[in-house]
Amino acid sequence: MKTVVSRDQVQGDFVKKVAEISGENFFNCYQCGNCSAGCPSVNEMDLLPSQVVRYLQLGLAEEVRNCKSMWVCAACMMCQARCPKGVDISKIMEALRVLQLREVDAKAHIDVTDFSEDYLERAPQIAMISGYRKFLPL
Amino acid sequence: MKKLGVFVCWCGSNIASSVDVEQVVVQAAKLDGVVHAEHYMYMCSDPGQQKVKDAIKEKGLDGVVVACCSPRMHENTFRKAAGLVGLNPFLLEIANIREQCSWVHANNKPVATAKAVSIIEATLDKVKQNLPLETITIPLNKRVCVVGGGIAGIMSALDLADAGYEVVIIEKEPAIGGHVAQISTTFPYFQKLPELLQKKIDEVNAHPRITVYLSSEVDELEGYVGNFKVTIRTRPAFVDHDKCTGCGKCFEVCPVSVPDEFNRGLSQRGAIFRYNQGSEHQLPIINRDDCLHFSDGEQENGEKCQLCVDACAEQAIDLGAIRSLQEELVGAIVMATGYDVYSPANLPEYGGGRLPDVIDGLAFERLLDPKGPTGGRIVRPSDGRVPKSVVFIQCAGSRDPERHKAYCSRACCMYTAKQARLYKRQVDDGTAYISYMDIRSDSRDFEEFVQQGMEEENLVYIRGRVAKVFPEGDVLKVFTADTLSGRQLEIEADLVVLAMAMEPKSGVRELAKKMNVTIDGDGFLSETHIKLYPVESSTKGVYLAGCGQSPKDITDTVSQALATSGKIQTMFSNETLIADPLIAEVKEDVCSGCGICIDICPYGARIMDDFKRISMVNQAVCQGCGACIAACPNKACELINSTSRQFIRMVDDFSHKAQMA
Ligand SMILES: Cc1cc2nc3c(=O)[nH]c(=O)nc-3n(C[C@H](O)[C@H](O)[C@H](O)COP(=O)(O)OP(=O)(O)OC[C@H]3O[C@@H](n4cnc5c(N)ncnc54)[C@H](O)[C@@H]3O)c2cc1C
Ligand code: SF4
Ligand code: SF4
Ligand code: SF4
Ligand code: SF4
Repeated sequence: MKTVVSRDQVQGDFVKKVAEISGENFFNCYQCGNCSAGCPSVNEMDLLPSQVVRYLQLGLAEEVRNCKSMWVCAACMMCQARCPKGVDISKIMEALRVLQLREVDAKAHIDVTDFSEDYLERAPQIAMISGYRKFLPL
Repeated sequence: MKKLGVFVCWCGSNIASSVDVEQVVVQAAKLDGVVHAEHYMYMCSDPGQQKVKDAIKEKGLDGVVVACCSPRMHENTFRKAAGLVGLNPFLLEIANIREQCSWVHANNKPVATAKAVSIIEATLDKVKQNLPLETITIPLNKRVCVVGGGIAGIMSALDLADAGYEVVIIEKEPAIGGHVAQISTTFPYFQKLPELLQKKIDEVNAHPRITVYLSSEVDELEGYVGNFKVTIRTRPAFVDHDKCTGCGKCFEVCPVSVPDEFNRGLSQRGAIFRYNQGSEHQLPIINRDDCLHFSDGEQENGEKCQLCVDACAEQAIDLGAIRSLQEELVGAIVMATGYDVYSPANLPEYGGGRLPDVIDGLAFERLLDPKGPTGGRIVRPSDGRVPKSVVFIQCAGSRDPERHKAYCSRACCMYTAKQARLYKRQVDDGTAYISYMDIRSDSRDFEEFVQQGMEEENLVYIRGRVAKVFPEGDVLKVFTADTLSGRQLEIEADLVVLAMAMEPKSGVRELAKKMNVTIDGDGFLSETHIKLYPVESSTKGVYLAGCGQSPKDITDTVSQALATSGKIQTMFSNETLIADPLIAEVKEDVCSGCGICIDICPYGARIMDDFKRISMVNQAVCQGCGACIAACPNKACELINSTSRQFIRMVDDFSHKAQMA
């Protein structure tokens, strides 16, 4: 199927929001692919990090919103360290996650009361925090 | 010739490792006429050359063979040395015992040594029949003709004129400036071109040593390097520019309305018009082909149209004017004929030439020009609306070996980035998409220019060649792909701009033929050597600059133009030209005047003497290639010092040796 690209999308609200939250200009990216080459999580992603930026350049909001990559991203910032144009994809990924979390049912993440005291004692804090942010019904 | 000398070089170990040089010297010394033979490690070195000179002086040698590397390497070196001590340089020959002997028989010393002796013997036999020759001097007319008054022609002419030489510019159109006059602003610094160009045009017009022939073409070219005769054909303007005040009354009355070429059809003009409507410097001219006075039709009152004549208060218009022919004598020619934009009509899948809102890059330049048809406002040709979405298509007609041009047109990546950036600066809520295959931004500050366009003007580059463009309602639909996201795209556009390929200016093929200049498969004028002789054409004295040689931007065009000026000034730094006397010669009593050699000669050096009815050699043009000698059915021509007699004798030497072995 053809993907329709229009001025309303390219300059649309969704991409403007992602740009605003992340503070990144997608058009700085010239699609060299260096981020995707170095990313440790690519095997589990459905869109390469560079493709996420590409879709944002074209204003393809739905596709980006539905991608798994943002949840797979480990926020390791390898992409940011390598990008020759200074694009920080980890910030973009974070912005995408934030937008999703804002939009979906606030209860869609784990609830502390669901876990036993015992388990909470043993569970690493970082795992709980990411559970708050990531366990969404995809 | 009695006293011959032989000098055998070792070339370090290059020759000496497989040729027994001592043995060669012993054998050579026994050959007929040889009074001196020696070997040395590097004969081309200063002490080596000194040995040759000393022997010539002391032994009174009247013929020398140096057995060493290819004559391409050191023939000149040794001939010069011989000349210094009074031996005619043409009585020294090289026997190539390196490329043609030691290198090919590296593992067989006896064979290599015997062959070296044979080569020396044969070369000695050649030298015996050599004639002492003098170099040929050719008169040199230090004037230059520049064909084409684009930026290439202008810059070349100005530089030569400033250096003190008279220059004539022949320009096909009614004004000089070429395509640069149609372009508003240039990459990579957004400089305004009209001002820069006008300054140069003013310099040309004010220069005491430059003559410009407008609306003119080369009718005929005769002669050769240093001595060309150019016949110039000039179309009449039908308006006396000494009388015309430029009031414009004639434009108002002319009933003709045709698309204006200069504005790429974005405006109309009459049969009497200003070539560049935006230039107040230009006075009216009449295009005969459009003018009703010259067409068969008559006015209502049964008379031929002459409304402009009647309207002109200055009586400046003369419809009876005729074309004129003039001659110019020059010593060098610069071909600066530039390019044409490949017609968008060649791309029907993009609606080129059919859809009004699908335009080429040059038309877009006209929209950007403050003195252009829209006063510099970017609007759609169809309805005058400001386009909010523009798709620029790069490589339109370029890089398509199957259907269009195989080559890259070199300037379009950059001018497209420039145009898209200028569009975004004018229409800041608009979106500019650029369809590209690669972005070629390979010069100083070019890559930065493109990246800035992405960062600051948010140009949407889409990697893929557009499949088709078609109208839907009052917009255009563009079907393309984005290979980076792996998507097939459909884009809505108000305006589509095609970065059309550049192709050689029409008529250049015929002109090149008149000038005997070779062209490549695409019709561009060919240089002699792409690396070392980049502005020299195949005809001596004819130089190439600008897009007529290959597509390029202004920077490269001007560099080439200045190179032609440098080359010509080098040539003009002598009072006469010097040519090698090793050229073809005609035995007048044998030549039957069949003329076969005239067609065969690749340099146009053979001419029929109409009075004697025999074919002559133009000494200044002949390169001594020998094509005519092979072609002549009567054996009437010979190459001086490489005659058939000499070669048969050499072949005999070899076959004789072979039989003995
Ligand atoms: C849309 C577009 C935008 C461009 N923008 C830029 C830019 O921003 N910056 C940049 O650097 N470059 C730009 N270029 C490239 C630039 O136009 C060329 O580099 C430049 O014009 C080459 O100059 P030239 O003198 O070789 O050829 P031309 O400009 O084509 O001039 C050749 C001249 O020779 C004349 N002529 C041709 N044949 C004959 C003949 N037989 N007898 C007599 N006269 C003849 C022609 O009438 C013409 O006046 C652009 C090109 C295009 C198509
Ligand atoms: S931050 Fe995310 S996208 Fe970037 S390299 Fe790490 S895992 Fe990949
Ligand atoms: S490394 Fe940077 S410029 Fe390259 S594709 Fe990734 S985000 Fe774009
Ligand atoms: S004679 Fe008539 S058609 Fe010709 S230029 Fe003059 S007004 Fe126009
Ligand atoms: S310069 Fe760029 S747009 Fe022009 S043909 Fe070459 S690659 Fe294509």
